[in-house]
Amino acid sequence: MGTTFIFTVVILSVLGLLLAVILFLVAKKFNVEEDPLIDVVEATMPGANCGGCGFAGCRAFAEACVKSRSLEGKFCPVGGNAVMQKVAAVMGVQVEEKVPMVAVVRCNGTCRNRVRVNEYDGSVSCRIMSSLYAGDTGCRFGCLGGGDCEKACQFGAIRINPETLLPEVDEEKCTACGACVRACPKGIIELRNKGPKSRRVYVSCMSQDKGAVARKACSAACIGCRKCEKTCPFGAITVENNLAYIDFNKCKLCRKCVAECPTGAIHAVNFPPKPAAAPAEEPKTDKQ
Amino acid sequence: MRRTFSMGGVHPHDCKISADSAIETFPLPQRMYISMSQHLGAPAKPLVQKGDKVRAGQLIGASAGFISANIHSSVSGTVAAVEPYADLAGNPVMHVIIDVEGDEWEESIDRTPDIVREITLSPAEIIKRIADCGVVGLGGASFPTHVKLSPPPGKKAECLIINGAECEPYLTSDYRLMVEHTEEVLLGARIMMRALGVTKGYIGIEDNKPEAIKKMRELTASSYSEIRVVPLRKKYPQGGEKQLIDAVTGRRVPSMGLPIDAGVVVQNVGTSFAVYEAVQKNKPLFDGVMTVTGECLDSQHNFLLRVGTPFEKILETVGGVPQKTAKIISGGPMMGKAVANLSAASVKSTSSLLLLTEKQTRRREEGECIRCGKCVQACPMGLEPYLLNKLARASRMEELEHSKVYDCIECGCCMFTCPANIPLLDYIRTAKADVMRIMRSRPKK
Repeated sequence: MGTTFIFTVVILSVLGLLLAVILFLVAKKFNVEEDPLIDVVEATMPGANCGGCGFAGCRAFAEACVKSRSLEGKFCPVGGNAVMQKVAAVMGVQVEEKVPMVAVVRCNGTCRNRVRVNEYDGSVSCRIMSSLYAGDTGCRFGCLGGGDCEKACQFGAIRINPETLLPEVDEEKCTACGACVRACPKGIIELRNKGPKSRRVYVSCMSQDKGAVARKACSAACIGCRKCEKTCPFGAITVENNLAYIDFNKCKLCRKCVAECPTGAIHAVNFPPKPAAAPAEEPKTDKQ
Repeated sequence: MRRTFSMGGVHPHDCKISADSAIETFPLPQRMYISMSQHLGAPAKPLVQKGDKVRAGQLIGASAGFISANIHSSVSGTVAAVEPYADLAGNPVMHVIIDVEGDEWEESIDRTPDIVREITLSPAEIIKRIADCGVVGLGGASFPTHVKLSPPPGKKAECLIINGAECEPYLTSDYRLMVEHTEEVLLGARIMMRALGVTKGYIGIEDNKPEAIKKMRELTASSYSEIRVVPLRKKYPQGGEKQLIDAVTGRRVPSMGLPIDAGVVVQNVGTSFAVYEAVQKNKPLFDGVMTVTGECLDSQHNFLLRVGTPFEKILETVGGVPQKTAKIISGGPMMGKAVANLSAASVKSTSSLLLLTEKQTRRREEGECIRCGKCVQACPMGLEPYLLNKLARASRMEELEHSKVYDCIECGCCMFTCPANIPLLDYIRTAKADVMRIMRSRPKK
């Protein structure tokens, strides 16, 4: 009994020691030199691993930053400028301030604006829906309402509104990681400048159909009439393929186009309501 | 015991309620919408412009590449427009729109009803004629027939199988062709065997079509002895190429392989008839037999229909869409596509318009997978649909590839058999497309 006990202890101890030595030698032999700076940079990251920066995760981003010794073309949309400043400080390099961005849903085909001509009864997923048909309204460019963007968002910032069946972005939560942009098979979500005081003007439509067709399918569609293009004093608006687009880098938020648009496809958000100047123009929902 | 394929399969109800309706010629509509993308591969290039006069059988779309097909006008009249027009899913596709005037055909087409039995063309000439006449596979995938009849170098066909299984419920267009145009179908097969240089031919017919089997047997016994009629035990998806090859010859097509890898070429009954008309009558493929059926319709029809007829017109002719109709499907109920846009027009391979009621088509509420394994038993390709579904929903591409998602033939047996009503195929199909895109994007070794 006693000897069994002693033997066990001795054998296990010797075995343990031996394995420890082997492990030590192996660890020495196959040691991978890694810059300790990577760990430091990674610690400053938000840790969401969302892939919004274009790398596989926060660690991969940190590795890329440290390896290239510069922050050019690298930006963490979740952490924003604050985190990038910290990363720059840790690495001892300069970083440019970036204007904050936000996801913008460019479709206003609410149930009221768009008449449904079909009923879909299959799996609720925009990807599957878009592979089967063009959409259950007359518009083949608009939101399908399957909620792939909602599923893709890690931050709970985009939600399908059950009343309009359109996604709405919570500006406070949106980090502009771009996951919803990639998830949308119709490509209706765009990352746009957040704008001063979150004020933005954009065309809330993606329809490239001719005016009459687009208008028939959706009462809030851009019909490509070019009125906004002619009105814009800054040349920020271009109409291509029957669809207007506002370049957010040129737009000075004068909102002349908003009053001009016959279908109300141009949205101006987060502006204070104008008391008497333009009674026809109704301020759109803040959450877009 | 009759032969059938060895793995998986399901037994949906037959529902061949239009089987006894003889083929009727559909009246010409006023306007035709002829799609330039009626086949697998590159869309054809339109050759006509607005205002041009065309005749039935005139080439209006030229094949644009090796895997592509010619498109011919199905009517005579004036081209009203060449522009994108919504297909049955609502997506715009280039169409040639023709206002119908009279019914003049190209003079080179033999319009007599006589059967031309003597084959005068050489194999190369046959393949060229088939390509010129724009013949594509009419079983569903619309693969250009001349490409299938030209095996790649190093591979040789040993036999031809004519697919008369018509395993989808409701469809009867192939059946009517086999019964009413028995000899033409067999002649088409003989022509294709000559083009391929093979001496063995089979025609596989499911045993729910005894009339077709009888007629084919009579004729093959007397004058087409090189073609053997193989009656098959009814099971879906017997009409899938790989399943049919297994059922008829017992050969297996390797994973990711084509029928030619097993030394077989499979052609549909409709294709065989089209080949006969192209080679012996010099008639391009611009019409075909189409079943218009559904329990909610008063009458069942098999129409000989010109390509480009709008679905609306067809439904108008059969008395309009009944109130009870909830879903209209182009093709069979298992693999057909729901029609989201009734102004879309028929294409070469449109085999049916099927009207289903709410009760027949409404999806039942989805439950949880209990791992009963029914889908695994039903899968004719030996895949594990429950697993593929889970992996697809989690976007695990590497594991999907490892589980051979690319072998899925999208027959829908798994979804049909699932007791929990899980839409397995919906997810597997999208995952398959993703995985195949990834595989194609890899550099070739």
